[in-house]
Amino acid sequence: MQASTNNNITFECETGNYHTFCPISCVSWLYQKIEDSFFLVIGTKTCGYFLQNAMGVMIFAEPRYAMAELEEGDISAQLNDYEELKRLCLQIKKDRQPGVIFWIGTCTTEIIKMDLEGIAPKLEADIQIPIIVARANGLDYAFTQGEDTVLAAMAHRCPNQEYKNLNISKPENHKLIIFGSLPDTVVKQLSHELFKQNISIKGWLPAQRYSELPTIEAGDYVIGVNPFLSRTATTLMRRKKAKLISAPFPIGPDGTKAWIDKICHVFNIVPKGLSTRENDIWKNLEEYISLIRGKSVFFMGDNLLEISLARFLIRCGMIVYEIGIPYMDKRYQKAEIELLTQTCHKMGVKIPKIVEKPDNYNQLDRIRDLKPDLVITGMAHANPLEARGINTKWSVEFTFAPIHGFTNAKDILELITRPLRRNNGLKNISDNIYITHNSKH
Amino acid sequence: MKLAYWMYAGPAHIGTLRIASSFKNVHAIMHAPLGDDYFNVMRSMLERDRNFTPVTASIVDRHVLAKGSQEKVINNITRKDKEENPDLVVLTPTCTSSILQEDLNNFVQRASIETEADVILADVNHYRVNELQASDRTLEQIVSFYINKVNRTQKLVVKKTSKPSVNIIGVLSLGFHHYHDLVDLKRLFHDLDIEINQIIPENASVHDLYKLPEAWFNFVPYREAGLLTAQFLSKEFNMPYVSITPMGLLNIKAAIKEIQGLLSELNCERNYDSYIDLQTKYVSQAAWFSRSIDCQNLTGKTAIVFGDATHAAAMTKILVKEMGIDVLWSGTYCINDQDWFREEVCELCSKVIITDDHNIIGDMIAKTEPNAIFGTQMERHIGKRLNIPCGVISSPVHIQNFPLSYKPFLGYEGTNQIADLIYNSFTLGMEEHLLDLFGGHDTTDILTDTLSSSKSVQWTREALQELTKIPGFVRGKVKRNTEKFALANQYHLISLEVMYEAKEKINS
Repeated sequence: MQASTNNNITFECETGNYHTFCPISCVSWLYQKIEDSFFLVIGTKTCGYFLQNAMGVMIFAEPRYAMAELEEGDISAQLNDYEELKRLCLQIKKDRQPGVIFWIGTCTTEIIKMDLEGIAPKLEADIQIPIIVARANGLDYAFTQGEDTVLAAMAHRCPNQEYKNLNISKPENHKLIIFGSLPDTVVKQLSHELFKQNISIKGWLPAQRYSELPTIEAGDYVIGVNPFLSRTATTLMRRKKAKLISAPFPIGPDGTKAWIDKICHVFNIVPKGLSTRENDIWKNLEEYISLIRGKSVFFMGDNLLEISLARFLIRCGMIVYEIGIPYMDKRYQKAEIELLTQTCHKMGVKIPKIVEKPDNYNQLDRIRDLKPDLVITGMAHANPLEARGINTKWSVEFTFAPIHGFTNAKDILELITRPLRRNNGLKNISDNIYITHNSKH
Repeated sequence: MKLAYWMYAGPAHIGTLRIASSFKNVHAIMHAPLGDDYFNVMRSMLERDRNFTPVTASIVDRHVLAKGSQEKVINNITRKDKEENPDLVVLTPTCTSSILQEDLNNFVQRASIETEADVILADVNHYRVNELQASDRTLEQIVSFYINKVNRTQKLVVKKTSKPSVNIIGVLSLGFHHYHDLVDLKRLFHDLDIEINQIIPENASVHDLYKLPEAWFNFVPYREAGLLTAQFLSKEFNMPYVSITPMGLLNIKAAIKEIQGLLSELNCERNYDSYIDLQTKYVSQAAWFSRSIDCQNLTGKTAIVFGDATHAAAMTKILVKEMGIDVLWSGTYCINDQDWFREEVCELCSKVIITDDHNIIGDMIAKTEPNAIFGTQMERHIGKRLNIPCGVISSPVHIQNFPLSYKPFLGYEGTNQIADLIYNSFTLGMEEHLLDLFGGHDTTDILTDTLSSSKSVQWTREALQELTKIPGFVRGKVKRNTEKFALANQYHLISLEVMYEAKEKINS
């Protein structure tokens, strides 16, 4: 185990033997977000099986995604990749007429070194539909990082400058682009919060439709809404010459205030009524907070939202034992880590250790010792932990529920307190141990 | 390349993992990239398993790609050996690892020097076999490994049990109603006065596998997993096997008759005729049910059947021969077993469909318009779209197909459960049909379910649009709460802002 310290925070790195979703799962929310898109995952039956099962009922709703399932002939290069992809993409064009096709590269395309980036421009010219390539594979990335690879690839397609004659008297006082895929409702809510501070937004990456991708010019400001978007941030800075606003993420009222504060600061605006707004939200949350104050929580780590959520829960009065996280970009998450440190000082608690690439087996050992009141974990461990009397919350829900902004702070606590509220009702049945006698652990 | 977004049978490694995790104290280590351990989620979710799934991944990442796994796989095997003390570690290749072409067998050899546990490499080719074929193969592999192991040290001396006995082969985790079926199979053999020697792989210990030949014969309830093992035991120990699935009255009878014949060849004369008669007439309600006038109405009704070979064939036989229903066509996605399937159903329906493409099945159902569908979860959803009722009879399945209550498909109790399933599918269809005929359900929208009748609150266009995005089942509640909030705060116009404010302030 390697450890390093930075501002009193301990960062550790374990073996990387942990459970998470494959990053190709990002197609499940991105195809819904980008309405004119079609996602083609180029991989094997294993990828297809994962998507089919992970997406549950969504799969039956004629989703705008499909597998290009590789067969033995593709692996041994007996078939021509270009011709095969052309055949499939023409069929997609005929059946669905999408505005853009995303190719999601997988582990297999990496290993057989299929030149997707090379084939795409040729085929794009051939069939007259934009093709964007994102390598969202399990060799390199975890779960939500899949969205990061897609948005980074999309960033290249953002127009560099608007056509002057089309730009009719649209005042752009702030050159601010927000990146990160959020449900439309949350996009409106956050835009509204900024509007109240007199900040207009130039665009979102991604927009509702591919054709509405925002213009990004050198010198524009960009800010992320999610902690897992480090590649996108890097791409926007290096390739688009945009300036990144480093801020905590708008998760929880504290995070949202800090996020807006930072944007206001950059544009030399004195925020109006922001503290009152934050305090009002905290007041409304009291009913939930009273349930969790003083309780302990353990993040096993699988979706990169962990730091922000831990920071919010500490502010709610919880004690965080461990923050497991798949990957920690200390530069992109700098402001978030600082807010975490401040929050710990403010609440008078020890700063939890951050465990990168955790080892689930070791974590279960620590959980057995620590007996936290709540473990935030994936579905593979949730039921076995519940059977051992440990409350769990399924981590994936945090990626699908609206959790951003002032308005949705309640939803986070709704999720966090659900197992605690549920168990209060179950006390009368029996104790909470449901394992069979011969189970070892 | 093939364009697809749904598959009936999963990738090969799922089959191997289902076998490995069914045994007691067997650990599987997948040679796989991050995220391929989705099997654990399925076990934990679908079966609501209380224990941690004994499957871990030896992660294939960039470093492995560049330098090879080197000691990583071996370390993971030896580590797991120390942590969990399994009897057996099954190294499981995945589609990713199979193209890396690392010498996994070498890792297995080297690891097994250091481990207490036995270590084997699952021998399945990802690009040639599916989940079902792989499970069949892995089960055979484990059984033959342990029988050969004993054979090597001390020549295996087989002593048959004194009373007639049987091994039940092929009950495994994530199988369609397997645990319920097992209960009924146990009862069946108890009634037939046949001892159960071993049940594999479910909760079996690998160290008992050498005792398999002590049974008089083997019983393979499902064609998808177990036939290879039965054939292996037949070849090695001259053990006969029965592979008639006891699903439906006729099949149960056929299976028992075959067992009777087989015992008689082994010089054990039994006559089960009166037992069959008693069970058929009085224990199972299915035969009487078919005879009762309710079921007259099913005569001439049409259905289609699709699923794995075992369940689709048995279901077709039940519908046609036991319920008098006209099966328009019957099909399976078990392409490798198509000859057997054709043979089974060709007399029963006019068309046999062999495909693993759900689009073809969807089109076929739309074209033939049956009164009911008996298929997998995919067919259930096709049925929903076309408004045709569907009974689920085969994997792939959802969590609702892992019921808590006792619902076997095999044995005499199974016949009752199936009769209910068939009858309910059709009556639902009938009810719907009659309702349509007589003007349909009362679908008058409850328009007064709002506070805005006083007209003192109005909605902006934007806010109304936002309201439509809220899922239907809570929309009314959100609308009323927002209006209540607006009234209380003397807002006369509900804008987006008021909506959000309401959401923040109302604790509901």
